[in-house]
Amino acid sequence: METLIFVIFAALAVGSGVVVVVHRSPIYATLSLVLTLFSMAVLFVLLGAPFVGAVQILVYAGAIVVLFLFVIMLLNVQQEEGAHARRSAQLVAAILGAIVFLGMFWLAFRQTTLRAPGPLTEELVSLKGLASALFTDYLLPFEIVGLLLLVAVIGATVAARRPGAETNAPQDDYVAEDPSSGPVLPREVRS
Amino acid sequence: MSVPISWYLLLSAVLFAIGAIGALTRRNGISIFLSIELMLNAANLTLVAYARQWNQHTGQIIVFFVMAVAAAEAAVGLALFIAVFRQRRTIDVNRMNLLQG
Repeated sequence: METLIFVIFAALAVGSGVVVVVHRSPIYATLSLVLTLFSMAVLFVLLGAPFVGAVQILVYAGAIVVLFLFVIMLLNVQQEEGAHARRSAQLVAAILGAIVFLGMFWLAFRQTTLRAPGPLTEELVSLKGLASALFTDYLLPFEIVGLLLLVAVIGATVAARRPGAETNAPQDDYVAEDPSSGPVLPREVRS
Repeated sequence: MSVPISWYLLLSAVLFAIGAIGALTRRNGISIFLSIELMLNAANLTLVAYARQWNQHTGQIIVFFVMAVAAAEAAVGLALFIAVFRQRRTIDVNRMNLLQG
C-alpha cells in the first residue's frame, strides 16, 4: 500500500516537474509546479514529517507560488519568443544535467549498506519534538532567518519601487509657498 | 517501512536533474525561477529522507530554513525582475547583457 502511494505520487511529481520545465506558458508551468509541490508534500507525510508537508502546502503552494502568479500577471509575460536557447547550449545543458543526475545516483547507491530505518518514533513525528529542537538547539539560526526575511522584505520593496519615486521628498512641498509662482498646484501637475 | 530510503533519494536526484536542465535551457526569467524552486524541493526531499533514515529532527529543521530562504529569494528575485521589466520591457535573460555576459 505504501509502495503504491509512493509510486503514484513520485510519478506525479516527475511528470509535473517535466511539464514545469518544458511548457512554454509561464502560467501553466507555475500551476504544474503546484502539482509537484503537492505530491512532494504527500511524500513528506509518507516519510513521517506531516508538519513539513503541511508547511510545504501552506508556504510554498499557498504563498510563494501565488507570488509567482501575481508577478506573471503583473508583467503580462507572453509565451517566450523562440522558447528555447540555441540547440548547442541546450545540448550542453542536458548533458550537464545528466552528469549531475548520474553523480547523485552514484552517491545514493554507493553505500549499499544503507540499512532499513527503525520504526517511526513518536518523537520524530510529533510537533512537540520538532518544536523543542527548533527552539533550543536551533534558536540562533531561527532568529537569523527572521532577520533574513526582514531584509528580504525591505530589499524587495526598494527594488520594485517605481524609479523617480524619491522626488516626492517632503522638503519639495515648501517650494509651493513662493507667492510669485502662481496658484499652488499638486506636484504632478507642476512637473 | 516498505519503501526503501534509496528510492526517495533516486526520486530527488531525478527532480534535481530536471530542474537543473530547466534552469540551464530556459530563457524566460520566471521559468528559470520555477526550475530553481524545483531544485530546492528536490534537496528538501533528500533532507527529509535522511531525517527518516536516522530518526533525527535535524533534517526537517533544515527544511524549514530552506523554505524561508526560498521565500526570501523569490521575493527579492521577482522584485528585481519587475525592476528590469520596467527598464527593458522584457525578462528574457539573453537580453540582459549590460555586463556583456
